Amino acid sequence: MTKRLQWVYGWLLLFPAMVMLMAFTHYPALTTVFNSFFSTPRGRREAKFVGLRNYETLINDPTFWKVLTNNLWYALATIPASIFLSLLMALWVNDRLKGRSLVRMSFFAPTVLPLIAVANIWLFFYTPGFGLIDQIRMGFFGLPQNSWLGSQDTVLICMMVVTIWKEAGFFMIFYLAALQTIPPSLREAAAIEGASRTTFFWRVTFPLLMPTTLFVSINAVINSFRMVDHIFTMTGGGPDNASSLLLFYIYEVAFKFWDTAYAATLTVVLLALLSLIALGQFFFMDRKVHYR
Amino acid sequence: MSQTLTSPEGLSRTRVRIDYDRLLNTIGAWTLALLWAAPLLYAIWTAFHPAAYEANFDLFAPITLENFEKAWAAAPFARYFLNTTLLVTMILIGQFVLCTLAAYAFARFTFPGSNFLFALVLLQLLVMPDILIVENYKMIRTLGLIDTIAAIGLPYMASGFGIFLLRQTFKTIPMELDEAARVEGASPLGVLWRVYVPLAKPTYLAYGLVSVSHHWNNFLWPLIITNSVETRPVTVGLSIFAAIDSGVEWSVINAATLMTSGPLLIAFLLFQRQFVQSFMRAGIK
Repeated sequence: MTKRLQWVYGWLLLFPAMVMLMAFTHYPALTTVFNSFFSTPRGRREAKFVGLRNYETLINDPTFWKVLTNNLWYALATIPASIFLSLLMALWVNDRLKGRSLVRMSFFAPTVLPLIAVANIWLFFYTPGFGLIDQIRMGFFGLPQNSWLGSQDTVLICMMVVTIWKEAGFFMIFYLAALQTIPPSLREAAAIEGASRTTFFWRVTFPLLMPTTLFVSINAVINSFRMVDHIFTMTGGGPDNASSLLLFYIYEVAFKFWDTAYAATLTVVLLALLSLIALGQFFFMDRKVHYR
Repeated sequence: MSQTLTSPEGLSRTRVRIDYDRLLNTIGAWTLALLWAAPLLYAIWTAFHPAAYEANFDLFAPITLENFEKAWAAAPFARYFLNTTLLVTMILIGQFVLCTLAAYAFARFTFPGSNFLFALVLLQLLVMPDILIVENYKMIRTLGLIDTIAAIGLPYMASGFGIFLLRQTFKTIPMELDEAARVEGASPLGVLWRVYVPLAKPTYLAYGLVSVSHHWNNFLWPLIITNSVETRPVTVGLSIFAAIDSGVEWSVINAATLMTSGPLLIAFLLFQRQFVQSFMRAGIK
């Protein structure tokens, strides 16, 4: 095939996917930034250039700061917890364990369930007095009932628990895949050298799992800004925005208050945050990642 | 440990220690597994028992299907299921076609700009359509597709993940097979169809399972873009059902919850091994 023909084929094959990709990812990402400098068009009034006014609104918006803080705490808690648990699960399931497939199934099941649906079940768990958690608290420990989702102090933690429960089993799969590529001869060699299981884990298994940890943690970061479905069912962002996250707030601003310019401004923050974290993580982890 | 290979006392001592270790691990694993399964087990319990047993775990409680009947009658779930099935099928076909063509271009053709374009594709792994809800809504409105099933699927058709995954697979297929087919006079598309696609079947299965389960469960975008029974997928339908009737019994809501997750859950139970392996394959990069 001639060089020129190669070009033509390459571009033609790529064309449909590229058009769709541009239309729903790159172009909207650019217009998001663009629209954040304009006012929201209302009725006959067209959008007009307002410079940085939307960003001024943003800085002076206490809800934005609250939601951002929530989201950072949410990320800070769910990312390490779900990574730790998923690694633990993978190590257990990879080992010779009684009823291994049943255990693995139980860990993985939340992954295939819709978050919006399981939120209903969790909602019941958290119901004050009547819910399962309070039943256990009151029945076994004689403690008073507690409004888990009604209190500003506990509501975000409740949401974090659901997220960790939902995503840990998914990350387990990636660790499991990586663990199965570690040759058994390494373990045998370590056993002959007299290395304990703990030493073996920290000196051999863990470094070999570093690329997986990088992959999983990037996914966990993205998830911590993307998984908001359960907020709709469980709290609606309340009480007083204590459980609202950035994407949920964007949804509210755009589709409840119909202030699309301000929603675009909020989206710019989300985009900036995502790329910053991903870049930082990449450079920070890259040095520590052991590639074979 | 090297001692244990020779001395019998050492052997027995190690075995006792390992058993102890294993016991702790088994208990830990089972406790966590039980905790993890609790929400699902609880939903199954309430859905199959009368409302009176919601928080009353009596082993001899009567089993009933009444909750499912009530839920089914209370909302147009049949229509929702049809919508979701249409949606998931449409996305899957779209993704397979678009991603296959693009992956083939990236894997086996040299053309100017290929590296830059591939970087643009990978960018979608970070900036997903899920996040760009505001501008994508405007885009769909411009296209005049608000409140259609196509609108729910369109942003996901050209999937960066799918292109990446298939490109990796296509690259592992030996060039000799490609060349042999060309010698026999097959066109580039003919080679793709007869050599690459059949050899990448496991990847298609893996990606298909990931895609179906992801889009079956998707909620936020369909919620924004649909506003009628004719287009709503089950996830949105369920959220409306559970929200409007705040007076609805837990057992009925849980029955509806199980119903919406049912098809995926049953598929998962039947094909557990393939499912886990597919996800694993999809994750290997």
